[in-house]
Amino acid sequence: MGYSPHTEAQREEMLRAIGVDSIAELFADVPSAYRFPTLNLPHPVSEAEILRELQEIASWNAHVGEYTCLLGAGAYHHYIPSVVPAIVGRSEFYTAYTPYQPEISQGTLQAMFEYQTMICALTGMEVANASHYDGGTAVAEALIMAYNVLKGKRRKVLLSPTLHPEYREVSRTYLRGTGIELTGDEDLQADLDTLQAKIDPETVCVVVQTPTFLGEVLDPRRLRRLAEAAHAAGALLVVAVDPISLGLFVPPGEVGADIVVGEGQPLGNPLNFGGPYLGFFACRKAEVRRMAGRLVGQTVDAEGRRGFVLTLSTREQHIRREKATSNICSNEALNALAAAVYLACLGRRGLRQVAEVCYHRAHYAASGIAKVPGFELLSSWPFFKEFVVRCPISVEELNDRLLEHGFIGGFDLSRTHPHLGQAMLLCVTEMVPVPEIDRLVRVLREVTR
Amino acid sequence: MSEPLIFERSVPGRCGCSLPDAGVPPAPFPEGFLREDLPLPEVSEVDVVRHYVRLSQKNYGVDIGFYPLGSCTMKYNPKVNEVAASLPGFVGTHPYQPAYTVQGNLRLMWELQEFLKEIGGFAAVSLQPAAGAHGEFTGIQMIRAYHEDRGDRGRNVILIPDSAHGTNPASSAMSGYRVVEVRSDARGNVDLEDLRSRCGPDVAALMLTNPNTLGLFDEHLLEIVDLVHGCGALLYGDGANMNALLGIAKPGHLGFDVFHYNLHKTFSTPHGGGGPGSGPVGCAERLARYLPGPIVTREYSDECPGEGHRHTEECFLYDWMMPERSIGRVKTFYGQFAVLVRAYTYIRLLGAKGLRQAAEDAVLNANYLQRKVKQIFRLSHDRRCMHEFVAVGRVEGSDVRALDISKRLIDYGFHPPTNYFPLIVPEALMIEPTETESKETLDAFADALARIAEEARTEPDLLRRAPHCAPVRRLDEVKAARDLVLCWEGLGR
Amino acid sequence: MAYRIPEELRYSKTHEWARLEGDTVVVGITDYAQGHLGDIVYVELPEVGETYAQGDSFGVVESVKATSDLYAPMSGTVLAVNEALVDDPAVVNRDPYGEGWLVRFSVSNAAEWDTLLDAAAYERLLAEEEGGH
Repeated sequence: MGYSPHTEAQREEMLRAIGVDSIAELFADVPSAYRFPTLNLPHPVSEAEILRELQEIASWNAHVGEYTCLLGAGAYHHYIPSVVPAIVGRSEFYTAYTPYQPEISQGTLQAMFEYQTMICALTGMEVANASHYDGGTAVAEALIMAYNVLKGKRRKVLLSPTLHPEYREVSRTYLRGTGIELTGDEDLQADLDTLQAKIDPETVCVVVQTPTFLGEVLDPRRLRRLAEAAHAAGALLVVAVDPISLGLFVPPGEVGADIVVGEGQPLGNPLNFGGPYLGFFACRKAEVRRMAGRLVGQTVDAEGRRGFVLTLSTREQHIRREKATSNICSNEALNALAAAVYLACLGRRGLRQVAEVCYHRAHYAASGIAKVPGFELLSSWPFFKEFVVRCPISVEELNDRLLEHGFIGGFDLSRTHPHLGQAMLLCVTEMVPVPEIDRLVRVLREVTR
Repeated sequence: MSEPLIFERSVPGRCGCSLPDAGVPPAPFPEGFLREDLPLPEVSEVDVVRHYVRLSQKNYGVDIGFYPLGSCTMKYNPKVNEVAASLPGFVGTHPYQPAYTVQGNLRLMWELQEFLKEIGGFAAVSLQPAAGAHGEFTGIQMIRAYHEDRGDRGRNVILIPDSAHGTNPASSAMSGYRVVEVRSDARGNVDLEDLRSRCGPDVAALMLTNPNTLGLFDEHLLEIVDLVHGCGALLYGDGANMNALLGIAKPGHLGFDVFHYNLHKTFSTPHGGGGPGSGPVGCAERLARYLPGPIVTREYSDECPGEGHRHTEECFLYDWMMPERSIGRVKTFYGQFAVLVRAYTYIRLLGAKGLRQAAEDAVLNANYLQRKVKQIFRLSHDRRCMHEFVAVGRVEGSDVRALDISKRLIDYGFHPPTNYFPLIVPEALMIEPTETESKETLDAFADALARIAEEARTEPDLLRRAPHCAPVRRLDEVKAARDLVLCWEGLGR
Repeated sequence: MAYRIPEELRYSKTHEWARLEGDTVVVGITDYAQGHLGDIVYVELPEVGETYAQGDSFGVVESVKATSDLYAPMSGTVLAVNEALVDDPAVVNRDPYGEGWLVRFSVSNAAEWDTLLDAAAYERLLAEEEGGH
């Protein structure tokens, strides 16, 4: 089966028009020894068969439709209003390419302009781009941007140990070969004071995350002091942030952050086993020319009507080639569209409501679990929707038991933060009903008795 | 008609979503942590739906019509792919679930790794990279790791033909390499003499797109491979044009060492208005240990299916593995999973025969259209093409430009070809019809071009002022760049 | 198309012009350069006090679809930059040899003046470039 509309008679007719006798002749430039290899692939199947097969494969998975999900750690199960898939599923959006022809791409372009504006509104920043691949690559690109803002004259990046472990890994992969040193996260127990003390004249930027990987919300006043210390040394402050938390907490733009990035998946995008996700990226207008990624700008058409185009393209690889701000070419336009529709649906009050429900239920769950014998709450107040508990048995074993009771358990910190012991990072969003929290507390008591 | 911004529809007090209450005693908020203002729009659900549906109507997609955007492989995106990718068992899985609870996902990824190895002729594949450019960056990092592991540290140059996509030099520079351009010859191949003079002990790799952006299969490919390998360098393959090679030739067998696939081009996953893409990387055996991870492994299992989802019926167990000398993670989690589901579905539907048929029809369509366009415009290189070709958007006796021709095509209901690329062809119109277009569509497109060429001579203003039938007229890009407005002005930023 | 090439100026092969004023040199881009770039939307200029050798890149001019590096025709230290271009880069299009000047350098090696092309030589260069395309 295929999607070619040609009949054999038409193929013959087209070959005659080209002036060749066979299709094979069209491939004369391909070295004959390598031409037309055998592809050892499974036999093709029909549409009905493939769907049956995939339903079977998918049924081997445990998923959030059947289990109560307590996993977060950078990917979050939030409610997605029905409007979001209805809009994102419109093929005028999803079967379009990059809006290089603005006259027939105003849908994508205006939606991206609205998305950029919403990210500015959330983060408190002046400009946002039309997105990166995900939170991790957005962090890595932020480091490169900071390096370029300082004209490549400094070579040390300070990473907070409470930045997501994978963001730190991705950053290291990205910066290999550039001679930039990434440091600050060697001791996972080091606090913000320790990090701040390491700022020196070689420092490009300091990168922190709030809420931290372990769920703790950083005090905006403390962040402001960090920003001031960085700026005093001529360095920048990069803040990675959970966008849902911005429904409630002071945005990084108000405490002096120079670049704000994060994982935008929680904004209307499903878990999808880790991708595709959405890296959001915002900065100050003065530095916009050092920012990577697509940007949509407002302009007018020949009749003076408002319209939107891709702009500042001279930063990008298709024009500036090896001197571009980044090699990035695509963005996550469809995920950004989902985020825009999500934020439009929720609006000013809705996002705050979601953030508050997460906050209250997470604290309720934490205090309930803390009372279960053998469990200890390690997170200090205030946290947002995630918190750390030390468990009486290994997290792996506990998660096996939780699964039997219908829960996808929390993130096993013994892999990434061994100093915490048998510790689990639990996430409670608005998708965990209150009776399920109560049941979780009962089950924990039961399975560890 | 102009559609206001969603912010301009805002009325204080509206909300487009019903949400639960906390339902628990409230926890206190810390003093000084809460934001004062959240300037998001306040609109009803109906407002949201109508607004974005109206915006969608201002877009042109493959589902609306012919989209011959060269180098972008805008083939039809089968609807079954969308159904497959929306199965709750896939959509609702969290990336940090234990491997035994996501055996379905891992099996699909393992199979797709195997398919891509087989199609590309490579020893190993990583599905991690999020896009083609991301795959390039990944490949260049692997090349660096390979040379460094061998103690070969003097290689700081990447060679790139002048016809290459801008991502190639950008990916190389981002990885700390110096880029040296290699000329193309008169037939559109890599200039062998120029390449020979540049190959040396300082060269880490040549990045080659083949077929190249002119739509031409390099007539000296095997000599290029020998030259590059002869100086100890590696050959990177940009798979942007893999659609011409499915079942026709395997890049790994031709001599490419590292190669990225564009699942959103070759394997029919939708482009989404600019993304998400997906750019898995395949490589030869000697580079497999540098692949970014984790990648999926499969082992036979003694213990056959226990309960439900926990095991597969085949007694295989799938798990994660980090290659021995991996360059590390290139993105968070494991790649663009939902895109992988679509590509897997497409490959299973087509099978070996269908994939080759796709490549054959893509090349048939391009050559057929090339013959027709040749009657209207000069071709940049008048020789057999692969999946695309480049015409010169100039009309004898008229000063209209490729851009004007493109904009006028919009009035005829077609998406324009790629303009002004590759850079080595002035006034380029780069046309890639893909295999999913019928002869009737190609004929209609050629007819439109012929009429436009005639208009260029008789009524050039019709072209210069085009499009006339789009939602907006030509937009002022100079104003956009000079008076930067990147965020709704009502936000006060 | 005819481009203006004032007699009294000297030129670089990279299409900058230079005008000696005492022991300083004023630099801009030629009429040909601005014409080829099209509508200039941004000019990135160096900071006062920075020093460049002849041939060093000291800034960038950008149109919507292209960028062009700026190269110092003579060695020297930046004494002044044309701040007006920040708000109105189109001046470079309107008046490349006058209001559209870019940078004033102190001259550190006056002998470099004679390595630059005079108007006639620059005109020949343009004829070659135009013929080449």
